[in-house]
Amino acid sequence: MNTSTTLIYDGSFNGFLTAVFVAFDEKINVVDIQKNNQSQSGLFSDTETVFTNVEKAKRVWNGIRNKSYNAISNVYFAFLSETEGVELMLYNYIQKLMRAQSGKCLDYSDSTVLYIAQLAKKVGREKHRMEAFVRFQLTKDEIYFANIEPDFDVLPLISKHFRDRYADQKWLIYDIKRKYGIYYDLDHVEMVSLNLKDIQHNKTVKSNAFTSEEYEYQTLWNDYFKSTNIASRINPKLHTQHVPKRYWKYLSEKKEAV
Amino acid sequence: MNFDRIREKLNILADAAKYDVSCASSGSDRTNKTKGLGNASKMGICHSYTADGRCVSLLKILLTNHCIFDCAYCVTRKSNDVPRAAFKVQEVVDLTINFYRRNYIEGLFLSSGIFKSPDHTMERLVSVAKKLRKEENFNGYIHLKSIPGASDELMYEAGLYADRLSVNIEVPTISGLKLLAPDKKHEDFTKPMEKVKNEIVRYKSEQKIIKNTPKYAPAGQSTQMIVGASGESDKDIMYSATYYYKTYNMKRVYYSGYVPVTHDSRLPAIGSQVPMLRENRLYQTDWLLRFYGFSVGEILNNQHPNLDMDVDPKLSWALRNLHHFPVNVNTADKRLLARIPGIGMRSVDKIVKARKFRKLNWDHLKKMGVALNRAQYFMVCESRYWERRDLDAEKIKGMILQNSSGKFRNQYSTQLSLFN
Ligand code: SF4
Repeated sequence: MNTSTTLIYDGSFNGFLTAVFVAFDEKINVVDIQKNNQSQSGLFSDTETVFTNVEKAKRVWNGIRNKSYNAISNVYFAFLSETEGVELMLYNYIQKLMRAQSGKCLDYSDSTVLYIAQLAKKVGREKHRMEAFVRFQLTKDEIYFANIEPDFDVLPLISKHFRDRYADQKWLIYDIKRKYGIYYDLDHVEMVSLNLKDIQHNKTVKSNAFTSEEYEYQTLWNDYFKSTNIASRINPKLHTQHVPKRYWKYLSEKKEAV
Repeated sequence: MNFDRIREKLNILADAAKYDVSCASSGSDRTNKTKGLGNASKMGICHSYTADGRCVSLLKILLTNHCIFDCAYCVTRKSNDVPRAAFKVQEVVDLTINFYRRNYIEGLFLSSGIFKSPDHTMERLVSVAKKLRKEENFNGYIHLKSIPGASDELMYEAGLYADRLSVNIEVPTISGLKLLAPDKKHEDFTKPMEKVKNEIVRYKSEQKIIKNTPKYAPAGQSTQMIVGASGESDKDIMYSATYYYKTYNMKRVYYSGYVPVTHDSRLPAIGSQVPMLRENRLYQTDWLLRFYGFSVGEILNNQHPNLDMDVDPKLSWALRNLHHFPVNVNTADKRLLARIPGIGMRSVDKIVKARKFRKLNWDHLKKMGVALNRAQYFMVCESRYWERRDLDAEKIKGMILQNSSGKFRNQYSTQLSLFN
């Protein structure tokens, strides 16, 4: 009988795909796939450390994509949810997918398929929220700067949207929770880490990192936001349903006037 | 830029523009090819929400609220004693660009009171859009609310720069129009609409032959009607909406519950309630006509000139047509599935996909998000349990209302939740 094995990978998406490759290639009986900094060995299983290999990762990626575009994005989105145990679920999902004749015939009444689809949807929702709620502030060195604290690791997902849209301005979006950001320098987007002394949320204190015009525009925007209300139609419940309170910190229109 | 002065103007001119409910930024496919600023998102993005839950995606302002006309329902009308202001063309351009760069908005929704003449005003609106496109290389969304009575030449030019054009009909009936907007003629609205329609048709056919035909209003045209200002019935409203959809290829018709802004014996008094539930029911009906394959006469007719306020129009239709039910979800075609109350278009798709694998039972349907509390009376599935009692419409309605009072109470206050 095949002994069961826990695969350990480096936490990156390519690392995970490599683990999937190794598992398929060596016909390993996988009990779990864990990140190297949080692995716990099971009593009755071996562990094997997987070294990230972009070639192998690519082959898994292409394999899934050839089955279905929808599936590859589900896998990537669900992975970025950082949900505990998602790796094993994804592994099962990919197994099922590979067995299916085409990605289109995936059975949505199957619990794994449904779970991954729902997880991916949640991440997708967070992606859209961030695309909507990022608020740039113009720094004195002409970079449009925003920081976010998303529930999931969505920076890799929103990068394209901002690059396409703001192609003629430098911008930087920083994830405070995960301590890295993406910076666009008018040519391409790169990952950066910063030493932020001061988190520039919608503080009511002005920071001298930003241009003075910046605060004028924030005031105009806040004014504008206030004047869009029609008093006789107010509906606070519907309002918080659309903009959950945990997102208010991003929105300059939600802060008290500077 | 003198921010204090801009601030004053913005307060006045945003306030006057807020009664236009359309805020869609969707349906355009303008891309950012030249490394300029912005693009249009096919789906549209809401960057924030107003306190009454409406999407904020565009900077919605008037160029000016000076007006030579005196339409009874409008805050901007000549005889109303309100502070007036006017933006310069460049000021609107700067505001739009600076808001856009900060990711506050998807673009601009520009409208105006009529100063001097319709054409004089329209020309200014067009020049804002032109500057944004030509000088700022701006590819974000632009909606120009056109001035009734504007010339064909200006409507043509407007479409070259705007993603969407609208002329608001405001009053759904011609008699109401005479009463409430005596300065305007019906043709003032329909002539620009006709021009825009023809230009869109021309653009679409030329585009097939010549790849780089300049875009013309890629997100189409829309219009808005005020609900509850002139004593019209729901039938009046939906029949004219249907007319505008058909005759002018409207992308959207918007319905706006009248917010009393004036003491005028022709209109509901200040302080009367805004008919928000009615507005919601009209949107639901609009949805049924556009996506669910209903025809307007099935929902509204001489016997039923007004929508039922207790229940949504699809349920209301089903209760009047019990002879079509129960429908078997495992065999019925899409068109019939879509007519079952509690089953939305998304569920229809899911059902059709899933039933290839197995016969569906209540459990499957529930997981797909079907609202069984409504659907159960109108369908059968792979289960021995289904509603066998011979219930009449009143009974069914009563039971549904009883079991979902919370949900329906919600609908009294929301414009956005449509079906599920
Ligand atoms: S023409 Fe337009 S702005 Fe002027 S009063 Fe009539 S509706 Fe209002």
